[in-house]
Amino acid sequence: MKIRLRVWRQAGPNSAGSLETHDLEDVSPDMSFLEMLDVLNERLIEEDREEIAFDHDCREGICGSCSLMIDGRAHGPQHKTTACQLHMRHYSDGDEIVVEPWRVKAFPVVKDLVVDRSSFDRIIRAGGYISVRTGSARDANEAPIRKADSDLAFDAATCIGCGACAAACPNASASLFTAAKISHLALVPQGQAERYDRVRKMVAQMDAEGFGHCTNHNECEAACPKGISVTNIARMNRDFLRAMVVSRDPLRAPDDAGE
Amino acid sequence: MTVLEHRTPSGPLESRWERHRFDMKLVNPSNRRKYNVIVVGTGLAGAAAAATLGELGYNVQSFCFQDSPRRAHSIAAQGGINAAKNYQNDGDSVFRLFYDTIKGGDFRSRESNVYRLAEVSVNIIDQATAQGVPFAREYGGLLANRSFGGAQVSRTFYARGQTGQQLLLGAYQALSRQIGAGQVEMHPRTEMLDLIVIDGRARGIVTRHLITGKVKAWIADAVVLATGGYGNVFYLSTNAKGCNATAAWRAHRRGAFFANPCFTQIHPTCIPVSGESQSKLTLMSESLRNDGRVWVPKNAEHADTPPGKIKNENRDYYLERLYPSFGNLVPRDIASRRAKDVCDEGRGVGPEIGGVRRGVYLDFRDSIQRLGENIVGERYGNLFEMYERITGDNPYKVPMRIYPATHYTMGGLWVDYNLMSTIDGLFVAGEANFSDHGANRLGASALMQGLADGYFVLPYTLGNYLARVVPGGADDEHSEARRVVGQVTERLEKLMSIDGSTTPDAFHRELGHLIWDNCGMSRSKEGLEKALREIPAVRARFWEDLKISGTGEGLNQALERAGRIADFFELGELMCRDALDRDESAGCHFRAEHTTEEGEAKRNDEEYAYVANWEFTGVGKEPRLHKEHLEFEFVKPSQRNYK
Repeated sequence: MKIRLRVWRQAGPNSAGSLETHDLEDVSPDMSFLEMLDVLNERLIEEDREEIAFDHDCREGICGSCSLMIDGRAHGPQHKTTACQLHMRHYSDGDEIVVEPWRVKAFPVVKDLVVDRSSFDRIIRAGGYISVRTGSARDANEAPIRKADSDLAFDAATCIGCGACAAACPNASASLFTAAKISHLALVPQGQAERYDRVRKMVAQMDAEGFGHCTNHNECEAACPKGISVTNIARMNRDFLRAMVVSRDPLRAPDDAGE
Repeated sequence: MTVLEHRTPSGPLESRWERHRFDMKLVNPSNRRKYNVIVVGTGLAGAAAAATLGELGYNVQSFCFQDSPRRAHSIAAQGGINAAKNYQNDGDSVFRLFYDTIKGGDFRSRESNVYRLAEVSVNIIDQATAQGVPFAREYGGLLANRSFGGAQVSRTFYARGQTGQQLLLGAYQALSRQIGAGQVEMHPRTEMLDLIVIDGRARGIVTRHLITGKVKAWIADAVVLATGGYGNVFYLSTNAKGCNATAAWRAHRRGAFFANPCFTQIHPTCIPVSGESQSKLTLMSESLRNDGRVWVPKNAEHADTPPGKIKNENRDYYLERLYPSFGNLVPRDIASRRAKDVCDEGRGVGPEIGGVRRGVYLDFRDSIQRLGENIVGERYGNLFEMYERITGDNPYKVPMRIYPATHYTMGGLWVDYNLMSTIDGLFVAGEANFSDHGANRLGASALMQGLADGYFVLPYTLGNYLARVVPGGADDEHSEARRVVGQVTERLEKLMSIDGSTTPDAFHRELGHLIWDNCGMSRSKEGLEKALREIPAVRARFWEDLKISGTGEGLNQALERAGRIADFFELGELMCRDALDRDESAGCHFRAEHTTEEGEAKRNDEEYAYVANWEFTGVGKEPRLHKEHLEFEFVKPSQRNYK
């Protein structure tokens, strides 16, 4: 089938960008969306033009590298599907598709469709872990965990850190990403010791990175390729309020908060 | 000539590692901050090692080419991780896990290493659980297990079909904590392109920053490579697109021996190839073989009949027929080869590609009848969804179609018992080394080995090395560092300046076809000799006709790919050479000339019970072979029998 692509091209973080039109003639319905971009890039190289830069790696929907805004939707039209798992059988001959990078202040564009998501790493660094030294763990079966709690923790832990939640949010908020990690660790007994410190530090870092606030649009959940629920944001907010009560330490951002 | 000293302790098997730990030197806590360690790669082995070394107080520089350490390809491992916990009370033990791994590897691995792996496997589960990794649990709240290929006990811990993701996020969190604490400095989007060796010791690496294009030297007191395997030499594989062998290959060119390069694992359960533009293959976890039954039609004329319409008596459940005691759970190499055999016989299913139908059914009908959709969904739901997204078919209703694909490489840089390569101070961990899986890796053992190396082996053995060297003494202005930076820059400029007419991917596909056809599931002298004639010719064409657009100064993904492919050409040639030299069948390495009467791999222990270590002597030059003979004191090599 024939597809017309309108792709965002931007030379660097400080350059102006624009949409560039490319017509593809022989798109197979069995191709993935990224394989279509591969074909286009092969052609661009042969024509001595720069290929379109985009992040991708596993192409199995788990590494979280791919980050395409397709016709204004993070990861495209298919529910719970990353761009790399989107197949062209969902499009029809003659379709025009607009491809852009994530549009989030805290994810500056690096080049074309590639953005810098290191802000997510800094949020995890601020407290998204359980402090346990290698070798100091007790036997894994010493503390049974209710299956229902463990399953809820798992649901939150499946976040792939792609950033679709922030890209889909009108406020460019990272609440779903941050809440998923906070919930995962707050739902298991191992995570209790640092629970309230963790939520304070991670929320402070999220704010320092320049992400917006959550105003309950729930676009994040709709865009999340792993279907992570906004209930996790409620859990984060509840823990955050409790943290303000149970701890007397003044709330402050970690020293390495974003510039 | 380098002498291969494997430094394996002797004495009773079960106390070797403990005694070795006592014999190793320690670095005083207040001295650790004087040492700098480079860790390349942030998968399970790299992240675990960097986090643990940071905790211990060493200064760690960690590198990955991805935009975040959390995206290393360990993230994609699905099925599970083995550990000899015996929580199921079904007869498991450290010795049994050791035995299964040695046997599964078709007696081509080192007993001491494998025993240590089985021994520390139990610590990994404790560690990961303490980090908050949400392993599957039973209703009573205790950890659940499942069984996996090549074993008759249930020792596999799992987190739905995302075990690798959850374990990697655990290691990533531990790493993040150390980055936050200032013990580890993280360098994402930074790719290692060469190794710096000063006075016989690995002292640093040269990297290219993938966004700025800047080439830079980094100096340390020791270097750890945890850079994964080389499955992408086949072009189509289950590896991530970025997975590459450049770090390992560059170290090989600097003097690290490459061991058993022909031992590459073809995984039996992957989604078949659908067309020309296919960029990668997707694995369907081996755990599916627990509840899915593999079959093909008995008669080729049923190839186009909808599977639901084929009666039981017209189905050939060939694994259950050939291997009654292991059935669908035979090791990967056997399951793959048998799938190839039935397709070669003309009984495959799915579309014909190149005149052959390359697919077999993996059917859940009986399990769904027995357990119900809910339970099957709970075990494999995300895999079924993934399958449906890619193929458009619903596995709850119709059987999956699967075919083998390249998945893992058992070969890798040679290491001694301390995980040190033939270059002093260069350590290699995880899939990048050759150490524990012999000629075939059992399912759920890759995660175990990566984490064992990173959390529980390297932190000791690296300390032992550092204790005998004086910290510092060189910096990135050292003449050798500048020389290597110059060589790397020159090579990048060369790649950019060829200005031919063929794209990097076109070359990669051509190489992949050559390797898959001649050094894939079945190998022969004739085919390997053909590949050894053709690969150098394609490589020469690569260096004359490569086309890359853009510049080397900033982000240029075509340039990144070209550099990796250039190394795959050299590695692919070595693989074929090793496969030709190993004139026996062993595990994954199936030489058509050497089969038993039943069609299984026939080893030749008299002549080939060794690790083949190759020393680099120059591009296009015959590499030098060094043999490490394998001794079996505790398990007597036998013909593997899964009947």
